[in-house]
Amino acid sequence: MNKFIEHRIENLIFLSGIASIVFVVLIFIFLLKEGLSLFSGTNPIAFLFGRNWYPISDPPQFGILPLILGSLLVTFGAIVIAVPLGLAAAIYVAEVAPTWLRDILKSGIELLAAIPSIVLGFIGIVTLAPFLKNLFNLPSGLTALAGSIMLAFMAMPTIVSIIEDSIVSVPKNYKEGSLALGATRWQTIYRVILPAASSGILAAVMLGIGRVIGETMAVLMITGNAAVIPTSILQPVRTLTATIAAEMGEAVAGSGHYYALFAIGIILFIISFIINLLADFFLHRKKQRA
Amino acid sequence: MDVKTKEKIAFAMLLLATIIIITPVAFIIILLLVRGLPALSLDFIFGMPREGMRAGGIFPAIVGTLYLTLGTAVFSIPFGILAAIYLNEYAQRNWLTRGIELAIINLAGVPSIVYGLFGLGLFVTFLGFGASILAGSLTLAIMTLPVIITATREALSAVPWNFREVSFSLGASRWQTVRHVVLPNAIPGILTGTILGLSRAAGETAPILFTVAAFYLPRLPQSIYDQAMALPYHIYVLSTQVPNVSVKIQYGTVLVLVLMVFILNLAASLLRTHFRKRKTW
Repeated sequence: MNKFIEHRIENLIFLSGIASIVFVVLIFIFLLKEGLSLFSGTNPIAFLFGRNWYPISDPPQFGILPLILGSLLVTFGAIVIAVPLGLAAAIYVAEVAPTWLRDILKSGIELLAAIPSIVLGFIGIVTLAPFLKNLFNLPSGLTALAGSIMLAFMAMPTIVSIIEDSIVSVPKNYKEGSLALGATRWQTIYRVILPAASSGILAAVMLGIGRVIGETMAVLMITGNAAVIPTSILQPVRTLTATIAAEMGEAVAGSGHYYALFAIGIILFIISFIINLLADFFLHRKKQRA
Repeated sequence: MDVKTKEKIAFAMLLLATIIIITPVAFIIILLLVRGLPALSLDFIFGMPREGMRAGGIFPAIVGTLYLTLGTAVFSIPFGILAAIYLNEYAQRNWLTRGIELAIINLAGVPSIVYGLFGLGLFVTFLGFGASILAGSLTLAIMTLPVIITATREALSAVPWNFREVSFSLGASRWQTVRHVVLPNAIPGILTGTILGLSRAAGETAPILFTVAAFYLPRLPQSIYDQAMALPYHIYVLSTQVPNVSVKIQYGTVLVLVLMVFILNLAASLLRTHFRKRKTW
């Protein structure tokens, strides 16, 4: 009897173990099931490279190029801001800060990670947007730049903690060897520690990009949501994620618009899949070498 | 310039970058407290919204978020812990295990709005749950699963290997060893990770947009098949969808959500310190 129960429990454990694979496959199947219906009426090239997103005009136009460019612009801006700052902060926390300060800084960054994205979106609307509006004399502060700054901030905990981990896991004797040769702490950091931690840094950048490109609510609230091809970072833009969030509520189930939003979901799923595999590859390379 | 001066400049730049990141965090917390605290009152927390959400309280949204968090816990904790037990205690190093690990990494990286689409496709439409607490909880649970699996697995692998060997040598089976030796020693780590995962689920908006969230529903949900208001979505509605909402109500709502999330985080970090002190191995 006991054996029987134990066998049952172990079956359940195995099923839970493979559940993650099942869910990834299910997500992809359901996105495909709804999203691919779009391509009976629209050709995939027109979808990906069409310059007009007019989903409810007659006839509707489902070109997502402006949305792709919106996502890329906001993401690029966020990474340009977040990577240098995050790298510097991670080095400071891991190598320079005294212990008492290190604990405070790490709690601060954990605190930032805990703030929900909707809250940061709200803060962006009430503080950052008016600030940018006055600074650049714009009709509205809700722009790609506002999105980039907010997203850089949101990606920071991911970037800082992964880089810090990889700096801390550089073998101690690398550092001691360098210091013993008479190098200063700073020379040791940028000549020895950073090269040794480079895989972790790359992984952090990839995961940061993943976090930024998939972020939805804050972006929806502060980028101004204009589905046009952006020409400047001081313009309102609309991202892939924000489009789904803003329009799915009004899209009629089974309409072209509904299918098109799922098709955007397929694109996002594939992007995040590639980014996460790359990040895992970098992290794995680090482990094998260490 | 000599190397010592260079080092000083470099360290000053690093400090500056760190300050640029940390200052806004402090600023946000202070801003929320200063603007949000005056809005908090018994009527605000336990009252129903009135006048198209421009007055009254946010009780239905608070209750909705509590139900969703509880629902997420019910669905994600058992499967998350069992999955971690499989990976850490049973799985061989082979292609299947590698596949599961990659799947977990990908689940953790899928954009939250894509979970929303998935929940809409599977739970709301295909399984016919409609927009409901059930559909929303299931969607959030799948999103939380990778966090719980990863944390539990770390807690399990921190239990020294010779604990298991002693148990095996006494004739215990693998499951008996897991149940009576490994799990009791891993509970603190599992709890910490689980609470952090749930606190994230409580603050999520995108996955609940189409699976449960009600724009305006001034009553408490009656069953798991009901729609419900939820704090994150309510913040979105108050700050972008309804004109002329007083700043006080907006900040008050944001503060309540942030406090709920922070209390969960604080609980997790207290648990962690408490058990770390007691740990003898």
